[in-house]
Amino acid sequence: MYDFNYHKPGSLADAASAIAGAEDGKLVAGGMTLIPTMKQRLAAPSDVVDLGGIGDLVGITVGGGTVTIGAMTTHGAVAASADVKGAIPALAELADNIGDPQVRNRGTIGGSIANNDPAADYPAALVALGATVVTNKRELSAEDFFTGLFDTALDEDEIISSIKFPVPEKAAYVKFANPASRYAMVGVFVAKGSDGVRVAVTGAGDDGVFRVTEMESALAGNFSPDAVSGISVSPDGLNSDIHASAEYRAHLISVMAKRAVAAAG
Amino acid sequence: MPTVSMTVNGKSVSGEVEARTLLVQFIRENLGLTGTHVGCDTSQCGACVVHVDGKSMKSCSLLAVQADGAEVTTIEGLANGEELHPMQEAFRNNHGLQCGFCTPGMVMSAVDLANNNKNPSEEEIREWLEGNICRCTGYHNIVKSIKEGAANM
Repeated sequence: MYDFNYHKPGSLADAASAIAGAEDGKLVAGGMTLIPTMKQRLAAPSDVVDLGGIGDLVGITVGGGTVTIGAMTTHGAVAASADVKGAIPALAELADNIGDPQVRNRGTIGGSIANNDPAADYPAALVALGATVVTNKRELSAEDFFTGLFDTALDEDEIISSIKFPVPEKAAYVKFANPASRYAMVGVFVAKGSDGVRVAVTGAGDDGVFRVTEMESALAGNFSPDAVSGISVSPDGLNSDIHASAEYRAHLISVMAKRAVAAAG
Repeated sequence: MPTVSMTVNGKSVSGEVEARTLLVQFIRENLGLTGTHVGCDTSQCGACVVHVDGKSMKSCSLLAVQADGAEVTTIEGLANGEELHPMQEAFRNNHGLQCGFCTPGMVMSAVDLANNNKNPSEEEIREWLEGNICRCTGYHNIVKSIKEGAANM
């Protein structure tokens, strides 16, 4: 790893000015992607701004039909939260199956979505649940936030403060995990909320998370596994790699969607 | 260079480190506590697991500066003098190690599990060990050790 200037601001405003003032700065949340990447010298920022000193970014609140999770809240904390388990059990379960226990003790929801790894789990939850990403500048819908492979709508000096999830009527997430990395080869999050049914897929798209509108319409009329079992997804635009071909991933989407609908009940 | 201060195994320590110094380097090289191992160095194998503020973390994927002000426990901090920690004792009783390289990380992960679950099932233990790799493939006795160690903690 190349050396860098380290900053540990105590407020969001100080973090924003530190990142804005850096020549080639990077924000670090839990660091579960950034630090290994820097060790490999695939990233060599001039400055690292650690968000770990900003207490306001940690915590979970539930109220008014919304679960709000601070950006620096770890996967472990989301998984263990009685509030999340009560309001959106599918979200707690998703968090409990990210990586391994040590990654969950360190990795954060804000870091995960800012990185927008195409195989990360959280993007599917945000899009399916119709979540809102709150930053130091504005509020963005999840669909506007995720713009492509490892890409988001965030400006260089924009920092996520929290994510707001509307509580759905029912929801479930099922993934087919890579047996080695536990990243999703295909993960499908299905949610039925006040504005209808949403089906979001992670791990498969070569541009990151996406919705399957055909499944959504089918489920709106008949929320049962049978409604999606006949719907196949085109392999066009899906990832093909050593783990799975695009065709295999397309097949898995239908299977995972069916299982997710069954799990949502 | 940044200065870091933390509590390691109950003692206050501090040192000047480059920002890029990993927590595991600080523990091994600055403090001379070489019980924490570096296996894969890519955050997969778990040989470097320590506790930071009571939670198990991979010290090869954490900067020393990120642990500034934290309470850190390494494998050296478990035993009470000559008396092994119940989890260490259980690994000895059940032949829970072969070459021993992964053992410090296995034990530290296991203690974190047992702190929250006194009676983990075999399945829960195996799931919890997702981030700890034993290259001797000696998982069977590791799982037995953790079951006994958790019960005795």
